[in-house]
Amino acid sequence: MQPIYLTIALAPLLAAMVAGLAGRVVGRAGAHSITILGVAVSCGLSLYVLWKFLFDGMAVFNGPVYTWLVSDGLRLEVGFLIDNLSAMMMVVVTFVSLMVHIYTIGYMHDDAGYQRFFSYISLFTFSMLMLVMSNNFMQLFFGWEAVGVVSYLLIGFWYTRPTAIVANLKAFLVNRVGDFGFVLGIAAVLKFTGSMDYATVFARSDQIVGGYVQITDAITWPAITFTCICLFIGAMGKSAQMPLHVWLPDSMEGPTPISALIHAATMVTAGIFMVARMSPLFELSETALSVVLIIGATTALFMGLLGVVNNDIKRVVAYSTLSQLGYMTVALGVSAYSAGIFHLMTHAFFKALLFLAAGSVIMAMHHEQDMRRMGGLGKYLPITYGTFLVGSLALIGFPGTSGFFSKDALIDAVHFSHRAGSGYAYFCVLSGVFITALYTFRMFFMTFHGKERMDHHTQQHLHESPWVVTLPLVLLAIPSAIVGWFTVKPMLFGDFFNGAIKVLPGHTVLVQVGEEFHGPSAFVFNALQSVPVWLAFMGVGTAWMFFLRNPEWAKSAERSFKWLQTILLEKYGFDWFNEHVIVAGSRLLGGGLWRIGDQTLIDDGLVNGSARAVGWLGSVMRYAQSGYLYHYAFAMILGLASLLLWLIWRT
Amino acid sequence: MISLSAVLTLSGILFAIAVAGVFLNRKNIIVLLMCIELMLLAVNFNFVAFSRFLGDINGQIFVFFILTVAAAEAAIGLAILVVLFRERRSINVEDLDTLQG
Repeated sequence: MQPIYLTIALAPLLAAMVAGLAGRVVGRAGAHSITILGVAVSCGLSLYVLWKFLFDGMAVFNGPVYTWLVSDGLRLEVGFLIDNLSAMMMVVVTFVSLMVHIYTIGYMHDDAGYQRFFSYISLFTFSMLMLVMSNNFMQLFFGWEAVGVVSYLLIGFWYTRPTAIVANLKAFLVNRVGDFGFVLGIAAVLKFTGSMDYATVFARSDQIVGGYVQITDAITWPAITFTCICLFIGAMGKSAQMPLHVWLPDSMEGPTPISALIHAATMVTAGIFMVARMSPLFELSETALSVVLIIGATTALFMGLLGVVNNDIKRVVAYSTLSQLGYMTVALGVSAYSAGIFHLMTHAFFKALLFLAAGSVIMAMHHEQDMRRMGGLGKYLPITYGTFLVGSLALIGFPGTSGFFSKDALIDAVHFSHRAGSGYAYFCVLSGVFITALYTFRMFFMTFHGKERMDHHTQQHLHESPWVVTLPLVLLAIPSAIVGWFTVKPMLFGDFFNGAIKVLPGHTVLVQVGEEFHGPSAFVFNALQSVPVWLAFMGVGTAWMFFLRNPEWAKSAERSFKWLQTILLEKYGFDWFNEHVIVAGSRLLGGGLWRIGDQTLIDDGLVNGSARAVGWLGSVMRYAQSGYLYHYAFAMILGLASLLLWLIWRT
Repeated sequence: MISLSAVLTLSGILFAIAVAGVFLNRKNIIVLLMCIELMLLAVNFNFVAFSRFLGDINGQIFVFFILTVAAAEAAIGLAILVVLFRERRSINVEDLDTLQG
């Protein structure tokens, strides 16, 4: 099977190289054909691998394919660990990527950087595959950074726009903060286990549990908590958890296809995937899991609230992504890793769908993203309308859709958890359901229903997008709607993730959820009597009342809750804080160090100072040079005499 | 019989006179050259004395070398002196301070 795995990873890389390096030779059609071919090959083979795992019971592959270097017992290798978890991730990544590739033909049709764009997204697919297929921390980190670089390149794809440049710089810098923690975590793993290989590290996890990290003389931390929190800081950067989430809304400066692929469906879920992959480590630290839980819960609720006041269609979807990533993190925090990964998968489908549909709306509106200038688009864009509705229903967890299964099981799992902070998390995820429904349908109604608020010229030219755009929408709408029915039982309550995800006895909240599970249809039926679904319906109802039926209610609410709206529009002041405290502070510190340390101490003190000292010494010493021979002779005699005296007195 | 210490004292006195001559002399560079010759002679005295009292002929052989070198040095020194006089119209030590810093 090894050649197949290699092909899966390398086909997109080859395609990216051809499209990127020989873009002029192969032309626009050549670039999109070859990259789509490369990703299609990957996608087909990934599906084949998943098929073999599901129905033929294929054994897990875990082995190196190339040894990079061996030094003092440390082996750095390129290796693959292909089990159910990575096989599922590979299918999700390649499938969404393939859809986005096809969609891009339509979306980027008139763009000058056509070949470059295809090259980047293929390169991204390769990086993401390396990340999920890896069997060691080194390669994980490679994939982690490679997707970060491609994300940087793509956010700044329109590099003549100042906002895009600021946004990609911001994304890169914020991710550096997270990666700093991640590198520390990997270093701690290496220090305590002496290995980078997942299987070896997990087998030696007792060595981490026994260890301590000395912070100061008085403070020592248990090594396992330190390691897990450091690794999670990496995940916070990549998966945009508070307070490292600030880059994700700004990343919407990039073209819409990559918002769908990178900043919704795949790259941002890398942190979730990583924590699930490291479950044998995280399970050992109750404290780290509580941190994960609280951060996730905070992100889930508070980022969702921001979606309610935004008017940019892409930003609303972006805040929704943040909120849903928070949900996944909450699932990890209560040890329901399978639920987190399950939500990751369903979210990948419906959020990619929502983004691509939003992109289709933006195309129809001639690159207008403000929802206040849309409205009533439903009759002009029937396919986009239908698929957007499917995506929205899945997002709010409408019974029967894929998002319903994942979110409802996730909330139940939080309900059963007794971990520190789970009460707060339960409150957050429950209110999050209402908020999700509210902002999703606010966006839906403002875009597709109600009065047509666009200008006359735009209205004249409204038409449905070409088939390359609508085909991916339809293909993504199908799994968004139905994938939950088949996957909920094996993934959440079955043995699909056995061996890949480890849950300690006593943390088995999903088993408790599973005891009440009697097949998907019963699950749907039961849900109709449960709180989350009714909260979702209430959210939709509220959105309908406020934004479609009585838009003036929204206006008056806006006036009475001006302070709340200001807080939300200011995004809780995170950007202000970063701008005025962290950025200004580091500039001040840097300026101070430059002036005092560099200019005064080094330049004036050491470099010019030593030159001046030599000059001064010379100007003093020249008076000793009288030029008279007898002075020199006298000095010689004195020297000789003192030498002789020294020789005599020494003995 | 003359004792070794008497000879060494004489040679020490000679050397001291020569040194005093080098830096008490403010007038003539020729006196300087003569003082240097005197120092060398003082050294020669030592050599001869030790050769005699230790019964080692090597000391006297050294004296011949030193005499030869001293002669050559005097020749070169005087030649330089002649050139210097042509150049500066003076062999006064006080005037020769081009090395001053």
